[in-house]
Amino acid sequence: MELSGAEITVRCLADEGVEHLFGYPGGAVLHIYDELFKQDRVQHILVRHEQAAVHAADGYARASQKPGVVLVTSGPGVTNAITGIATAYMDSVPMVIVTGQVPTHAIGQDAFQEVDTVGITRPCVKHNFLVKDVRDLATTIKKAFFIATTGRPGPVVVDIPKDITTARCEYEYPKSVSLRSYNPVLKGHSGQIRKALQLLLEAKRPMIYTGGGIVLGEAAAELAQLVRALGYPCTNTLMGLGGYPATDPQFLGMLGMHGTYEANMAMQHCDVLLAVGARFDDRVIGNPKHFATEERRIVHVDVDPSSISKRVKVDVPIVGDVREVLAEMNRQLAALPAKPDPGAIKAWWTQIELWKARDCLKYDREAKVIKPQAVVSKLYELTRDADTYVSSDVGQHQMWAAQFYKFDKPRRWLNSGGLGTMGVGLPYAMGALLAHPDCTSVCVTGEASIQMCIQELSTCKQYRLPVKIVNLNNRYMGMVRQWQEFFHGNRYAESYMDALPDFVKLAESYGHVGMRIENPGDVEGALREALALKDRLVFMDFITDQTENVFPMVPGGKGLSEMILV
Amino acid sequence: MRHIISLLLENEAGALSRVAGLFSARGYNIESLTVAPTEDATMSRMTVVTSGSDDVIEQITKQLNKLVDVVKVVDLSEGEHIERELMLVKVRASGKDREEMKRMADIFRGRVIDVTDKSYTIELTGTGQKLDAFLEALEEGVVLETVRTGASGIGRGERILRI
Repeated sequence: MELSGAEITVRCLADEGVEHLFGYPGGAVLHIYDELFKQDRVQHILVRHEQAAVHAADGYARASQKPGVVLVTSGPGVTNAITGIATAYMDSVPMVIVTGQVPTHAIGQDAFQEVDTVGITRPCVKHNFLVKDVRDLATTIKKAFFIATTGRPGPVVVDIPKDITTARCEYEYPKSVSLRSYNPVLKGHSGQIRKALQLLLEAKRPMIYTGGGIVLGEAAAELAQLVRALGYPCTNTLMGLGGYPATDPQFLGMLGMHGTYEANMAMQHCDVLLAVGARFDDRVIGNPKHFATEERRIVHVDVDPSSISKRVKVDVPIVGDVREVLAEMNRQLAALPAKPDPGAIKAWWTQIELWKARDCLKYDREAKVIKPQAVVSKLYELTRDADTYVSSDVGQHQMWAAQFYKFDKPRRWLNSGGLGTMGVGLPYAMGALLAHPDCTSVCVTGEASIQMCIQELSTCKQYRLPVKIVNLNNRYMGMVRQWQEFFHGNRYAESYMDALPDFVKLAESYGHVGMRIENPGDVEGALREALALKDRLVFMDFITDQTENVFPMVPGGKGLSEMILV
Repeated sequence: MRHIISLLLENEAGALSRVAGLFSARGYNIESLTVAPTEDATMSRMTVVTSGSDDVIEQITKQLNKLVDVVKVVDLSEGEHIERELMLVKVRASGKDREEMKRMADIFRGRVIDVTDKSYTIELTGTGQKLDAFLEALEEGVVLETVRTGASGIGRGERILRI
């Protein structure tokens, strides 16, 4: 039977197993929405701004193993979605974004709500398609899912002109597709793996540094096995938190610009470094020139060859799926007679313990004002045993959440690491709840970030999404203020958040629960009360210390060991 | 160092802009870029001349390989190869210079492909250096217009780029 392009689009999504579609209707996608209306296999989540549609789908993908799927209209629908797409691209999140387009005959005519979607998204997608013939539609959508979810994942855009949604053809959803130009390497080279193990076993001061690839590649179990078998220290990037259990004694905390003293020092002073699913970016290793001053051998495992030797030259590159490579490393290691040098490793741990003793995350626990770190620590205490997903926005609160919430499992920490997009927190928390309806979903945010997608309080009301918002309200764009204090002579240009709304009333006006917490003694009670309100969104407005800064800090352009400490 | 990189890519709308966009977005140099369909109509062949340190060239080939439309990438500079570029040059050719211009074209194995009473249009192929040498050999002011294709390259001997 012949189906219309709109029917085919919806059927493809359903046949692909898509349960939630995040979107916002408009002229170019009306036929697709009409078909969505007639079925119940795919649930549509109506957001209040297209940017949030992409963020929510992105959060959904991060929290689950499934791709996030979005439907927006042409023109402004697409341009609003761009920030979300770029955010997902930077963090390698698998997504398929279906965009409406003006009819094929109108393309290039500056038609109403026309933008060159393929052109405007090209630099921030893994791939994109413009469908020009309805007979290509089903295969194109299948290809989009295939590309988005394999190799190094990423967002893929499928642009569908309106006339294609009314054109008809036979429908068959392909079971699989293959592209001659796209064959990600999955299996690591076994000779390289042997070389890597040899280096690791000879190491006197080894270090294991892992990133978001462990989370995306579902490789946490294999990583834990390897790290424990070797007995070496392990650190995670901001994107990699939860990839290795934070409460494990071999974990040194996060590394990087706001990483722990011990993680950064061990990173800088190790003699053999194993990097897995990480990309040595500027917020993680600081200046690569300073990083390279120390003599060391580097093994780098990544599914994306272009991530290897991009910023730091490595000695043993291994291209492959991180889970497969780590599993092979575990197999080979078990079969090897050689063991790590116990004396050297013991001495190395002694050194690390000395660095740990520096207690780099200390803060004033007796303060008369609410310390943001204390709120996150308390939140961790109260939610650690529940099935909890924590999202954050971008800024100081994000770093405190990363430092003080101990993630033991992957996919529990949702934040914009690469692009650093303020406004992701609330939609990410929504996505986590849709992926795991029974979970506790907490959004740790600040009064500046939360206002960038505040309209989604309405979506939360409509779909009864009981997000717990922990607003660390210091009346400043805190990270901007911190940089201005450190590097711009205390000139706080435009970083004061004036004319803030009454967040309690704001939450209430959307039909949610609002709380304001001003005394350190009330923090625990408020959190307990909010968490007990299982089916309600609670907006907790914590009035926190205005002058608190995030430590340690590696200033931009410096080496990892040049930290500013508290 | 100068490198000449050959690519096979899907003959799809937008494939060229993906490659060009990659170079501009990542700040890589493009000295020249040529592209045309191959004997297999579903595929285009592109030659990019670029320059950069070994690290940069390594990144360029990796990033090109990452583009979904790119089927194959070869850095021709890594082995024996041949490269050619076509130039059309319109020169002043009147009076006593007319004979000299013809002779010059002959020396460089160029062909006069269009003639007016005041000008010649000369077709010349060769490496970029040879075309440069021809232009330098001409007297100042005689060149009216030039158009160059940029280099096309192919491996020597048994070295073949195909899928």
